[in-house]
Amino acid sequence: MSELSVHALGETALCCTLPAPLSLEQQQRIWQLAAGLADVDGVRELIPGMNNLTLVFDPLRTEPAELEAAALALWARPPRRRQLGKLVDIPVTYDGPDLGDVAAHCGLSADEVVQRHTAAEYVVYFLGFQPGFAYLGGLDEALHTPRRAEPRVSVPAGSVGIGGAQTGIYPLASPGGWQLIGRTSTPLFDPQAEPPTLLAPGDRVRFVAVNE
Amino acid sequence: MIEIVRAGPLATVQDLGRPGWRDRGLSVCGALDEFALQAGNLLVGNAPGTAGLEFTLAAATLRFHADTCIAITGTDADAHLDGRPVRPWWRQRVHAGQTLKLAAPRERMRSYVAVAGGLALPAALGSLSTDLKGGFGGLDGRALRDGDRLPLKPCPALPSRRVGMRPPEWTPEVRALPGPEHDDFATDAFWASDWTVTPQSNRMGYRLAGPVLQRERGEELASHGVLPGVVQVPPSGQPIALLADAQATGGYPKIAVVIRADLWKLGQLRLGAQLRFVRCTPDAALAALRDQRLLLNQMSTALCMST
Repeated sequence: MSELSVHALGETALCCTLPAPLSLEQQQRIWQLAAGLADVDGVRELIPGMNNLTLVFDPLRTEPAELEAAALALWARPPRRRQLGKLVDIPVTYDGPDLGDVAAHCGLSADEVVQRHTAAEYVVYFLGFQPGFAYLGGLDEALHTPRRAEPRVSVPAGSVGIGGAQTGIYPLASPGGWQLIGRTSTPLFDPQAEPPTLLAPGDRVRFVAVNE
Repeated sequence: MIEIVRAGPLATVQDLGRPGWRDRGLSVCGALDEFALQAGNLLVGNAPGTAGLEFTLAAATLRFHADTCIAITGTDADAHLDGRPVRPWWRQRVHAGQTLKLAAPRERMRSYVAVAGGLALPAALGSLSTDLKGGFGGLDGRALRDGDRLPLKPCPALPSRRVGMRPPEWTPEVRALPGPEHDDFATDAFWASDWTVTPQSNRMGYRLAGPVLQRERGEELASHGVLPGVVQVPPSGQPIALLADAQATGGYPKIAVVIRADLWKLGQLRLGAQLRFVRCTPDAALAALRDQRLLLNQMSTALCMST
């Protein structure tokens, strides 16, 4: 079993990290750790990262040493059976401006890129960068494509892209360097809803090719 | 109702932000000088976390269309109400039809206007703070513009006594704790140097210029949660101090974390200004935070008794 190391991040947070290599199995244990710590007194926020967890607390209510002990005790428990979240189908129109470049880089046809991109079931490891932006694991190795040399000043909301070994969807318009292969009209972020994002850590995602 | 006659360089509606959604990728947002906002609210009889207006380098004009009571806190913007000076960090009665002018402050960055009763705007995810990047919260998710009208909540009993407080002392020395990757760097230069806030800075973070910090050991980090106050060092070796609008996760090594009680000082630094990081201990950080909360509690009690 991997060792969990705990470091202070200022006086209000702790970082719990696992050594490489990164894996889904480890990430599932990170989610379980977050769930277990959610009920601990004084814990304000639990932010999963890639095989790590940042725990924000009120230092005037809780001793960091107690939280560290709680995290290590939870970690020492035997892991539960594999648990994943809901399955979300996301319809995608594959007409992105970089689809041709991705196909050329991968030595595939555009149709083959779409086939491979829609064949996989992806897992939301964590969210960050933008509200509702999910870091998805599970991209077919044949589709790994470096980011664009020149990032775009504005990537439209709903763009589906590939950046290195990752694929994902931009919930909001923003600058971005990923290769854009398609777009979806499915909203990923709604500030009026609770929870405000379509995806949560642990959810599974499938892309479904559609013609608009 | 308050009419924004002139919004100045950057004016936004802010409260203490919306923590609790970072695991969904949301920024916290909220006032960059939380102490000033809270103090202003207490002065006008509000709960300390009530939303108010944050002005960046002020230079703004507001017209009041209702009788109310305000407090101007943060940096001194040489405020005048219908041409008469308004004491900063004091409660001020305002009558319908009066015009408040904030000048560009001589020093520091942000001024706050707290209004009795608060703003009648819809909350998004429990907060009125404007998320400029996400485009929600505040007024239509954007910075205030000339001509905007902000409805006010009714305030049945306006406090009347003249009360004020002394602003906290400001120095460009910001206390910080070593971050998780602190020892990967030769850190003498970090603690000993003056850092300049570059123009490539915004509410997400301040990009600082100074000696190049080289990471001497350690692996590339996987993405992890970050917080306002975290000082990251990207490969350029020029640190970035994260502020309230910072994204929820990042991947750069963290050399230091500004203590919670000094975050307001960071937010009050002007572009081009210099700062120095002063190494602190966890105990001192806690003591400073406790003192700050105690001061607000004492103010709250004292003001309750005076009205």
